[in-house]
Amino acid sequence: MTIIDYISVILLVAGAFFFLAGTLGLLRFPDVYTRLHALTKADNLGLGLTVTGLILQLESWLVAGKLLLIWILILLAGASVAHLIAKGALRRKVRLWKQ
Amino acid sequence: MQTFYLALALFLLLSLVAGMWRILRGPSATDRMLAAQLFSTTAVAILLLLAQATGKPAFHDIALVFALLTAITAVAFVQRAWPIKEDKHDDN
Amino acid sequence: METINLLIWSLDSLLGLSLLWLAWRALTTPDLFKAVVLFIAFGLLITLVWVRLDAPDVALAEAAIGAGLTGALLLSALARLDSTHSDPASVYSGKTRVNNESAGPESIHWWPFSLLVLVSSGLGFIILSMPVAFMGLSPEVSDQLANSGVENPVTAVLLNFRAYDTLLEMVVLLIALLGVWSLGGGVKHKEPFPGTVLDILTRLLTPVLILVSAYLLWVGAHAPGGAFQAGSVLGAAGVLLMLSGWQLQMNIPVLLIRLILLAGPFAFIAMAVITIMIEGQLLQFPVAQAGLLILLLETFATLSIGATLAALFLGGQTWKNDEESL
Repeated sequence: MTIIDYISVILLVAGAFFFLAGTLGLLRFPDVYTRLHALTKADNLGLGLTVTGLILQLESWLVAGKLLLIWILILLAGASVAHLIAKGALRRKVRLWKQ
Repeated sequence: MQTFYLALALFLLLSLVAGMWRILRGPSATDRMLAAQLFSTTAVAILLLLAQATGKPAFHDIALVFALLTAITAVAFVQRAWPIKEDKHDDN
Repeated sequence: METINLLIWSLDSLLGLSLLWLAWRALTTPDLFKAVVLFIAFGLLITLVWVRLDAPDVALAEAAIGAGLTGALLLSALARLDSTHSDPASVYSGKTRVNNESAGPESIHWWPFSLLVLVSSGLGFIILSMPVAFMGLSPEVSDQLANSGVENPVTAVLLNFRAYDTLLEMVVLLIALLGVWSLGGGVKHKEPFPGTVLDILTRLLTPVLILVSAYLLWVGAHAPGGAFQAGSVLGAAGVLLMLSGWQLQMNIPVLLIRLILLAGPFAFIAMAVITIMIEGQLLQFPVAQAGLLILLLETFATLSIGATLAALFLGGQTWKNDEESL
């Protein structure tokens, strides 16, 4: 295993950790808004670290570009959907969790 | 490395299955939809890992299609299927 | 067992078991919205199953249609159901037993259940008793692949060796659309002007969807992809535009839309007639031009499938307040 492989492993494990954190947040957080927050962390960091870890393993720039495109699309869709859902939830007067 | 990719894919799949609990519990429609969104992102990660483990670049295309289509399901929810008055009801 | 086999085995069994569990919960929950979201998750997992079964072409189609478009379609239908129901909130809260009183594990109907168990165990027995190295038709397809004009064996089978079946499938899609149209008018949604975020999302995603559709169409010749996959992504672009409230339909003449819907089946039928006249056999492509002809057929098929799926989402040919017609 070369040094690149080790770096990939670290990045991929970190990415998987963020995915787990996102799922835990979805399950444990008390209201819609905080769960939305957890979700976007999984989108941004979880997938981003995973994509970075995998890109290091690739030989072709074209495929690396495709993986980056996938990440950017998820970011774009995730952020927009988070905004739409939060705005809609506020309009529907979904209660915020108060300590 | 292949073992590692598969192990991670299994880990992510477990995380995905755990997230199903949120779909079942709710309590509101929004929560269920959020869980479905997380599923899609996790599935993209699983697909990318499987692509690397099995050496089939075709799976990247599937992940790409996933990334695009989950946005559409979410938009359909926000624009059409979201009830105006959320009912904090839970069952099953 | 080696680690890697153990991992693969656990991955596959987890997938299979969660599929069964999802299906059971989706069918037995009285809350329709929950059932729809469970069904979307089910589609997601089925895509992973296709990937594990080494069928990326089917997985592509399932990702686009099963996990994406069907979800949007069901959500839209749910909203329409809600508007015709007397108490809007109850559909979502499960107070109304909309999918009838026999939901729930305590009310299994024994006759259909035992029949199902019989059929599935029969199928399972047959599959398990097949020889492991069962090649199916792969050797024959690989032998003739050089003559088919493409390098992807799935595309070769769909568009060349069994092009007749694909012709019939195109007609079936058209008939399905006519069936939906015959059910009555669509609902004209008065979409408010889409907020900035949704507007920008649509403007950014729609070109990407169209490009990805063209990419899938092109790449289908030598890698997983093809007309159906490309067509469904194109249909998704149409669905996104409709959901965002873009007022498209006013400027497009009715005839053009109908021509696009017919383009796929007609291209196949025209090709069938031409090949009968030239080669004497139905849909027998001349080897030298086979690749080009397949690409041509697939392009028309993609446009047609995309338009059909978008029209299915729209739900009707005329609006209920029937001033504008599609």
